[in-house]
Amino acid sequence: MKAILTLDNLASGLVTTIWTPVFVAIFLAIIAYAFWPRNKAAFDEAAHLPLREE
Amino acid sequence: MVSGAVFFQRESAMSQPSISKSMTSGESGLAVVFAATAFLCVIAAAKALDAPFAFHAALSAAASVAAVFCIVNRYFERPAALPPAEINGRPNYNMGPIKFSSFMAMFWGIAGFLVGLIIASQLAWPALNFDLPWISFGRLRPLHTSAVIFAFGGNVLIATSFYVVQKSCRVRLAGDLAPWFVVVGYNFFILVAGTGYLLGVTQSKEYAEPEWYADLWLTIVWVVYLLVFLATIIKRKEPHIFVANWFYLAFIVTIAVLHLGNNSALPVSVFGSKSYVAWGGIQDAMFQWWYGHNAVGFFLTAGFLAIMYYFIPKRAERPIYSYRLSIIHFWALIFLYIWAGPHHLHYTALPDWTQTLGMTFSIMLWMPSWGGMINGLMTLSGAWDKLRTDPVLRMLVVSVAFYGMSTFEGPMMSIKVVNSLSHYTDWTIGHVHSGALGWVGFVSFGALYCLVPWAWNRKGLYSLKLVNWHFWVATLGIVLYISAMWVSGILQGLMWRAYTSLGFLEYSFIETVEAMHPFYVIRAAGGGLFLIGALIMAYNLWMTVRVGEAEVQMPVALQPAE
Repeated sequence: MKAILTLDNLASGLVTTIWTPVFVAIFLAIIAYAFWPRNKAAFDEAAHLPLREE
Repeated sequence: MVSGAVFFQRESAMSQPSISKSMTSGESGLAVVFAATAFLCVIAAAKALDAPFAFHAALSAAASVAAVFCIVNRYFERPAALPPAEINGRPNYNMGPIKFSSFMAMFWGIAGFLVGLIIASQLAWPALNFDLPWISFGRLRPLHTSAVIFAFGGNVLIATSFYVVQKSCRVRLAGDLAPWFVVVGYNFFILVAGTGYLLGVTQSKEYAEPEWYADLWLTIVWVVYLLVFLATIIKRKEPHIFVANWFYLAFIVTIAVLHLGNNSALPVSVFGSKSYVAWGGIQDAMFQWWYGHNAVGFFLTAGFLAIMYYFIPKRAERPIYSYRLSIIHFWALIFLYIWAGPHHLHYTALPDWTQTLGMTFSIMLWMPSWGGMINGLMTLSGAWDKLRTDPVLRMLVVSVAFYGMSTFEGPMMSIKVVNSLSHYTDWTIGHVHSGALGWVGFVSFGALYCLVPWAWNRKGLYSLKLVNWHFWVATLGIVLYISAMWVSGILQGLMWRAYTSLGFLEYSFIETVEAMHPFYVIRAAGGGLFLIGALIMAYNLWMTVRVGEAEVQMPVALQPAE
């Protein structure tokens, strides 16, 4: 609807659009973190955490 | 006067301490704050514009005085030093607030199930309203929903979160009075909300009925809850923050945001119960269901998934099936749930694109929901035989199965064409109860069956046989309940949209009501069985605490000689 290119329109357009790729990027980073081979040992240990009681 | 006498006797009994004893700043500060609150509440009660407000102000004044008395009394009773964080190098876990919340959970659970049974019976036999305003369906219904969700479920969440955060961080709960403030303050909120409903005080927002003053009080309690939880995590001895704590934290933070957003209201007078919400029209509807659906997502799902991730591995004595999956489960749930609310407003004044957005995100939720369910169920791998012998574990696992079932059904019902049949019918009620009774109810029961022996230091439950009875009676109740509501709901939906060959509606509304009567009776029977199961449980837990054999722990005195 906002046909006129003003700084305001540009800014609000960017703000309302940018979160989609940002959230997708964050989520992909989380998946990478979860599957990063070097993290495997730490996660396997964490899975046992409730069983290591004192 | 009598209490004053007791008060001073205690003081004189305590007057020979070896080290000097003084009130902590928390004790003195809180006592002063409550004394001032009592004074302000008396003024509010005197100037009240309506009777329920006067009642609640008087109740708050009495509670504030009681709080001052309890704080001062506790000070005189306790030794000079506060409980140590560690005893012999082992964390000195704080079980008091957990015991209190567990007890209140059981109490409110039975009250909530009972009120549910009453209103189910009122729907089957309307004469049971007795033409009395206080016990009419309209007032008892929010009492039922709040009692089971916020009172029963909330106390289960607070009790288990305080337990899990201590154990998985290997550190004593942060704060001295603060955890008590949270558990007692939360239950006082429930009391004000519940009595308000009976007296006709409501802001008419589903699952957010309490009026402004109760909302303000809950905000204070909830912030303290968040601080206690965070402070415990911050001083943890375990480097890794266990996944259950992530779920609990998401639950606490999101509920705070939802509560503040949906309850933005302006009271007509500070001396009256009535308020008006800031938003109007469809914005208000959208805010309400953004709140309502995320109360499902973060109160009834995230919080209880935290229970799943701690109590199932613990009870099955097996590690979490896939910790990686639990991380993805968590973040996918957080990213998606928050957008699903508009599916409550299909075919309304809400813009079409928003409805479609809500539907799309609801369908995407299938994946994290089922990922989490698979993770919970597969934790049993290598221990499936325990389902045969341990009814508590069976309860926990069946709850996860119900979670899978209702999170399949929910996204399906959010599809607009399905919703056009299901919305405003009993199908919704059936869906909600397969989640509430099957998932939230059973996972809570399973957690309490574990937690009570742990918190009271008992070897085990009084009777596993009674747990077995509870399991089967309640399961039968759930099956009766949800199948009756499916049939009733689909019947109702189809009757509403049936046309004659001439294009007229085939049934009048009252004919659909008449057709539903037998299913309402079956539903009430199912609810009755569920209540009986909970009574069996309460007896079992009571006997566990009363006569259960104490767990032998290494006594503090038996240290190796130096």
